Amino acid sequence: MSPDRIPVIERIMGANDELALQNRRMLDAHHVHAINIMASPGAGKTTLILSTAKALQGRQRLAVVEGDVASSVDADKVRAIGVPAVQINTGGGCHLDANQLREALEQLNLDEVDLLFIENVGNLICPVGFALGEHTRVAIASVPEGDDKPHKYPGIYSAVDALVVTKVDLLPWIDFDMAEFQRLVRSLNPDIRIFQVSCVTGEGMAEWVNWLLTLTQAP
Amino acid sequence: MHELSVTENILEIVTRHAQQADAKRVVRIHLVIGELSSLVDDCVQFYFDYLARDTIAAEAQLVFERVSITLRCPHCAHTWQPDSADWTCPACGKAQATIQAGREFYVDSIEVE
Repeated sequence: MSPDRIPVIERIMGANDELALQNRRMLDAHHVHAINIMASPGAGKTTLILSTAKALQGRQRLAVVEGDVASSVDADKVRAIGVPAVQINTGGGCHLDANQLREALEQLNLDEVDLLFIENVGNLICPVGFALGEHTRVAIASVPEGDDKPHKYPGIYSAVDALVVTKVDLLPWIDFDMAEFQRLVRSLNPDIRIFQVSCVTGEGMAEWVNWLLTLTQAP
Repeated sequence: MHELSVTENILEIVTRHAQQADAKRVVRIHLVIGELSSLVDDCVQFYFDYLARDTIAAEAQLVFERVSITLRCPHCAHTWQPDSADWTCPACGKAQATIQAGREFYVDSIEVE
């Protein structure tokens, strides 16, 4: 007897996507705008979050969810500047998923938050495949990583709303073709916003912060 | 690492549909995986063999239908499959491509007895 073929047509990520939708509803009910921040390890995710938090002080109430394979080093740094933070340890997992964010959201007082940064696990491949319920997706690329990253990881560059190029104060010492890099990124993602930032000199921070303010002030 | 949780999802979907169809055994599972999703096939079959061993889908074979990235230029309507991460339209030179295919990630069908 030959086997019968039964159509299924069901998304493999359906269960995660359903939880992400629930997270989104919870965030919306509390008027929180959530930003999923994705980058490779060492790109400067935590440093950018810390600098941004200082720049937004008194203007927006922030909270941070820190995703890491292990340790609470990043959440400790965020709490040290007076911003609520929840650490998620993925125990080897290469990305955050919607269920982990759900658990983190339950530990925050969302009525006292306007803007939530979700720092994903350092990884340019996996996080982009797992919706969390975020409103905005941001990738970070640091100048020392090189200008060829879009060639290797088109999946993430084509799927984010904005890209922050960090450590631009190092450009004079590093062979990084900013124009070609931006041309390539825009070919993958014509609508992407690109910011050039140095958390050391403060260059570009105002433009980035102003854009964040437009996100939370949108109706 | 995340292939394990993805494989759990696949097994859950497959066993649910097989039970609904009153199947005795799942022989083959057809998956449609776009080039922009990151699943690696060999290790998924390995995880699947382990996770499915006491289920209706034990020893089922995973069949991967890979979908290449297909882009479309909104200016000149050219469609093409890129061979690099430069998605500038090769016909008109504008960089406004939209993704027509390549993000697929679903269980298409199962073969059961």
